[in-house]
Parts: sequence; C-alpha cells; structure tokens
Amino acid sequence: MKRVAIVGIGHGKFGVRSDASLRELTFEAVKACLDDAGVSLKEVDSMVTGIAGDEFSLALQPSAQVHDYIGFYPKPNFRVEGACATGSMALRTGWMNVASGLADLVLVVGVEKMTEVPTSVATEIMGRGGDSMWEYPFGTTFPGYYAMMANAHMAEYGTTEEQMAMVAVKNHYYGHLNPFAHMQKEVTLEKALTSFTVAHPLKLFDCSLITDGAAAVLLASEERAKTISTKPVWIAGLGLATDTMRITERESLTSIAASREAARIAYQMAGVGPADIDVATVHDCFTIAEIVAYEDLGFCEKGEGGKLIEAKETYVDGRTPVNVDGGLKSKGHPLGATGVSMAIEITKQLRGEAGQRQVKDAEIGLTHNVGGTGQVAAVHIFRRE
Amino acid sequence: MGEYNKPLPNVNDDSNEFWAGCKEHQLRFQKCKVCGHVRWPASILCPMCHSKETKWIVSEGKGRVYSFAVYHVAYHPGFENDLPYVVADVELEEGPRLVTNIVGCRPDDVKCEMPVEVVWDDVTEKFSLPKFKPCC
Repeated sequence: MKRVAIVGIGHGKFGVRSDASLRELTFEAVKACLDDAGVSLKEVDSMVTGIAGDEFSLALQPSAQVHDYIGFYPKPNFRVEGACATGSMALRTGWMNVASGLADLVLVVGVEKMTEVPTSVATEIMGRGGDSMWEYPFGTTFPGYYAMMANAHMAEYGTTEEQMAMVAVKNHYYGHLNPFAHMQKEVTLEKALTSFTVAHPLKLFDCSLITDGAAAVLLASEERAKTISTKPVWIAGLGLATDTMRITERESLTSIAASREAARIAYQMAGVGPADIDVATVHDCFTIAEIVAYEDLGFCEKGEGGKLIEAKETYVDGRTPVNVDGGLKSKGHPLGATGVSMAIEITKQLRGEAGQRQVKDAEIGLTHNVGGTGQVAAVHIFRRE
Repeated sequence: MGEYNKPLPNVNDDSNEFWAGCKEHQLRFQKCKVCGHVRWPASILCPMCHSKETKWIVSEGKGRVYSFAVYHVAYHPGFENDLPYVVADVELEEGPRLVTNIVGCRPDDVKCEMPVEVVWDDVTEKFSLPKFKPCC
C-alpha cells in the first residue's frame, strides 16, 4: 500500500446557510482546499463525496449535483454514506483510492444541507437512526437514545449532569475561537445546566447543532505529496467497525463497541496507543457521547470519563486535548461534512496552524466519528512525519 | 378519545407473528432451534447461526429497566399530549431487551434496574403495544 497524505484543506463556514445551496457550500470548501494546496481541479484524478441524507436537501443524486456544479466531469466521483460518520467513510474511501495506486490525487468532500427542512422534520429524519419498524410506535427520537446511554452511564459509574455540562462549556469555549463554527459563543455551566430538558438527562446544551456546511481535503500519494506540500499530514491508521442496528442488542449502553473496535484497529495500524495521541476530535453529538468516547478511545479508564473533563484534562493544555475546534457541539454537525472537518482540524493542529487553539508541538492526532447510535464508527490516526 | 395519531407498527413477514401475539396480549419471541438464541426483533434468520429453524416462545412479561429517557420534547405531534413520557430499554427475564414505554408511575420515579411487568395498551382495533409498569 502506498502512503497517503493530506496536502490541502478547505473548510466552509458552518451554520444556518440560507445564503448557499448544497452545490455552493461544496464549491466554497473545494475552492479553499485547492487554493490551500496550490493545485488546480484539472490535476485531481478522482473525487469522493460524503452526503448522509437525501431527505435533508430534498434531492436525489446530490453527489452528481456537486460534481456537475464544480465542473469535475468526466472524472470519477463516488458517493459514500454512513449516517453521521459519512465524512470519515468518505476520507477512508479516498485513502483507498490513493493507497491502492488507482489515483495519485483525490479530492474528498463532505457536505450536508440540513436546514432546508424545519428542525422538527430534521430530528424526525434522524430519529429513524434507530429502527423505525420496531421502535417508532413508542415515540423514540435521536436525543432519546443518547439520553438512555447517559442514564445507564450515570447509574453505573456515577457520572453527573454537571460533568456532561462541562463538556458543553469546553466545546463552546473553543467554538467561540473558531471562525468556522456555527455557534461562536461561550456558555456558562449554569446556563448549560438550566437550559430546557430535551430528553432527561439531556438538556438543550447537551445536544449538538443542526447545521449546514461543507469541508474538503486533498489526498496525495507520497510522490505527489512531496511536490505539493511542505507540511504533509500522513494518514497513519484507519479503523472502521460496525454494530447492531438496535441498541437493545448491544452488550452495553455505557460504551460504543464499534468505537472500541475501530480504535483498536487504527492504533494497531499506526503502531501507537492512546497515550501517544497529542490531540483528538471525537464524536460529541451529545455531551455524554464525548465522555463515553474518552473511555472507548482509551484516554482514561472505563467509567472515568466524567472525571477527565472535570479535571480539564481535555482542554488545550491538558493531558489529551479533545475537540478544541468546538466539536459537533459548538462547531456544528452537518452530517456528511463532520468527519472531513475533524480531519481538517487535526491537519491544522499538526501543521501548527490552529492559532489560539493550538496544542503545543502536536505530532500525532486522532479523529473519531460515529454513525447513528453506534451502528458504525471510524477512527483515523494522523502523523506529522 | 380521538383517532389514534401516533405511528403504528410496520407489519411484514418478519414482524407479523410478534404483533399478532401482542393483539392477544402475549409477548412472543423466537428461539432458534439450532443454537438456542432468543431474539428480538423477529427475523427469518437467526443472527447468530443463520438457521431458519425457529420456534415461538411466550415471555412471562417480567423484567427490569436497563436504561430510560424522559422525553420533554415531542417530535411527532401524536406524543405532545403525553409529555413528559418515558422511553425505556427493558431487559426481559427470558433474555431479549426491547424499546418500550414505562407507564403507571411518575416519570421521575423511573430508575435503572427497576423491576417492571408488561401492561397492554390497545391502541387500535388491530394493534396492542407492550408497555411496562413498575412491579414488585
């Protein structure tokens, strides 16, 4: 297998983007990515597009709309879907293209336009992330599944609502420093704790955002990477794992087994362990999900995730800085774009270009992206050299 | 009582026997004749050994709350009048867990590990939903 590097990054503004269509959002990210790499679209061999839902944008063949709009035809474009992990699966697919030798330069785009439909409809669509055939008659929604994980974690390990709110405080703090974030404002612990309850124990500020946005990275083979970038970021490990559709068939609700398995594979491939990770972006679709991710990725012992955030060990100057770009919580979660956006943050950190949010001397970074309630998870490890 | 306006079960060859059982106030589960795995939801194949040989067993309808969530926001208009309502992951004594509602107590009183038993909600002429209430 060939070594593969990220040689270009382009992040669009996340938010309620009523000013831009799915196609325009994509163009914004692709243009920024190509400019960053100093490469023209003509040089790119193929493209992978991550879009999770046709129903948000009310469009069939959204990937064709995208490659048409940026004038990529007749070269290959391959659409990938993996619910909320779509972006990471697109990156993995792009990596496969280059690692196999099929292409030397591959554009990976993640995009989602979620606000074309009202919040209630968007949440209803995501609620089908459970199993509509069996669970829908009981009034299930997506936040409710994570609320069940939170209650199980609280009952088993004594995790508290305050600790979950601390995740929101941290991620909003970093989101307010990230110009691409959807909600660039800080939140106090008290405000997070007193926001209205969505599904107990999760309150408004425990939930991530419904967001429009796009992100793009350019992947290159080793030979091409050296001619394009002085600061290539290498993809050192990739892990992808799956689990049952229904949470009731999972061994436990206090852990996401697919995350643990994806992490195990990625650590093994990269030849590193949790203690080697200098900076990480994890899937904080809800605050409890970040706490569970600390444990599943090995940043702390099982059950100790709440204490890790309480000790501020996941802040920029902590033991393992996590989601110092604002995370899904504050940066926003445009499903298809999220995994690609995570890879962009890690690339910035490893290039030393993260500004006020920079983790000192970051050499090894990790992204963790979960689809649905844990039906799929992708973990990627990146290195500066 | 007005017309039932919540989502109804989606019945197909896999789920037909389960919902027919509910109509008769029986919780029916499949037990694989080859490997003995008791499964929910129903399916043609055993997910453990892929055998089609199966028999239906009837659950006693007793179990415990593994975890739960108290919904304060409804995303389907049919549930608005029920707020706050409880969705739970209930583990039955026979093994399978299912997503259901906890009724017959205040939402604040629901706790993980709480013992519960099935209670039937005859929502339409065709469908009865298995819900659970606290028991000793």
